[in-house]
Amino acid sequence: MTESSHRIIVTVVGQDRTGIIAQTAGVLAEANANIIDISQTLLGEFFVMILIADLARASVSLEELKSRLAAKAAELGMRIDAQHEDVFKFMHRV
Amino acid sequence: MRSFRFDPEEILETVKMVQMEKLDIRTITMGISLRDCAHPSLQQAARRAYDKVCRCAQSLVAVGDGLEREYGIPIINRRIAVTPIALVAESSDASDYVLMAQQLDRAAVQVGVNFIGGFSALVHKGMTGGDRVLIDSIAEALAGTERVCASVNVASTHAGINMDAVNAMGAVIRDCAQRTRERDGLACAKLVIFCNAVEDNPFMAGAFHGIGEPECVINVGVSGPGAVLSAVQRAPDADLGELASIIKRTAFKITRMGELIGRRASERLGVPFGIVDLSLAPTPAQGDSVARILEAMGLERVGTHGSTAALAMLNDAVKKGGAMASSHVGGLSGAFIPVSEDIGMIEAAAAGALSLDKLEAMTSVCSVGLDMVALPGDTPVETLAAIIADEAAIGMINRKTTAVRLIPAPGKTVGDWVEFGGLLGRAPVMAVNGHSAARFITRAGRIPAPLQALGN
Repeated sequence: MTESSHRIIVTVVGQDRTGIIAQTAGVLAEANANIIDISQTLLGEFFVMILIADLARASVSLEELKSRLAAKAAELGMRIDAQHEDVFKFMHRV
Repeated sequence: MRSFRFDPEEILETVKMVQMEKLDIRTITMGISLRDCAHPSLQQAARRAYDKVCRCAQSLVAVGDGLEREYGIPIINRRIAVTPIALVAESSDASDYVLMAQQLDRAAVQVGVNFIGGFSALVHKGMTGGDRVLIDSIAEALAGTERVCASVNVASTHAGINMDAVNAMGAVIRDCAQRTRERDGLACAKLVIFCNAVEDNPFMAGAFHGIGEPECVINVGVSGPGAVLSAVQRAPDADLGELASIIKRTAFKITRMGELIGRRASERLGVPFGIVDLSLAPTPAQGDSVARILEAMGLERVGTHGSTAALAMLNDAVKKGGAMASSHVGGLSGAFIPVSEDIGMIEAAAAGALSLDKLEAMTSVCSVGLDMVALPGDTPVETLAAIIADEAAIGMINRKTTAVRLIPAPGKTVGDWVEFGGLLGRAPVMAVNGHSAARFITRAGRIPAPLQALGN
């Protein structure tokens, strides 16, 4: 595998409520992160959303974005994690 | 519309492993050759060694920090391994090599790594003059420095067991303990005695940069007992074959993280990627215990009957799972059972469930050996040597690496504890067999290599 991309995977998990997609997407948009793909589903009463975003033109670092997402997570009462795509690529693909 | 590139279940699994199950990279270790630092003046050689270590490793800590931040996977340690110092210092006529240890210690501080291994000698067939000086310098060197680690390879499957060296090392262990008696014999925690030592082990205290290695290399030691434990706990009804498969798959994923970090570290440092050592290396923290995995497999306490079989399965499953995960698997690769560094081992020893004899049996089926084992302070040097000889015999006959890291705690006996703190942990003093091995040990000489296939 070649040198890393700028893509990250954001996971949002928690109780379903209105505004989750809009609020999370809002944080990413503000950081100029381009959302490439979204998948979301309900597992019982849990809402699970996974976004792939490209930080190639982002205005902030991944670290800064992570702390903004953490703040949003606290606000929404959800769990939001953001991780470099490579972590998933390496773990689940040979 | 193309389909989503990852399965959401895979994503959540990864998030869980990293965020909740203490998946981490235990160490990135830079191996540095000091062969070109040899000089007739030890002072010059030591100076060259200092300069070279500082030059090669100047970005190691910063790159490690950067990778941690970017990938969100903790990298617990940054370390350095150098050429066995006996080889580097031998060209000088110095009567001891303590100066070299001091310079390596200074370099480690300068660069910001927490350990620098390689104050070592390879004497499995016999000792040179330089080997002898190195061995005689170990106790003073370890007592007088903070970050230097030492190792001596006293046996191999091809050479047999050098019992002269085994004898010498029994005395060195005792000397190390005495010199650091007010710190529970801490110097002993920085000394490993090997059979079949490997050239690319990234873990301390036994890491050194082998003589077949290049100028500089990055080796990664992964960890993840917590992730394996969770996987085992989620399968209470699996039979042992299925459990082996579960462990294998988890080990694969853990090792992939090592591969990722190793490759990126190598790219950013401009240094070749050596190996990933896929060892399950515990720490004293909760949720980071290899012993707990064995207990989750169904043993009431590690150390009871069945422990050897369970560990054999775990060790093998870890190796198999990791093998596909990296193009270059090496080091020790397997499950570690250091007593003081594993909360489950500590508790089992304290409860009297885990004896030295059972530990010895378990070392025949796992990586490492009798590691971080605290013994009574008055254990005779011949007994220490005999324990080394036993471990060496297990490694020699079974064609595997074995090692000892023994701590005869000065002034302490069974019922007492040694306390090192941090990653070195704490351990209860374990009982030794009181009957003497002195007459056997002091015969010295060489135990011949076992018969192998006459392949050559």
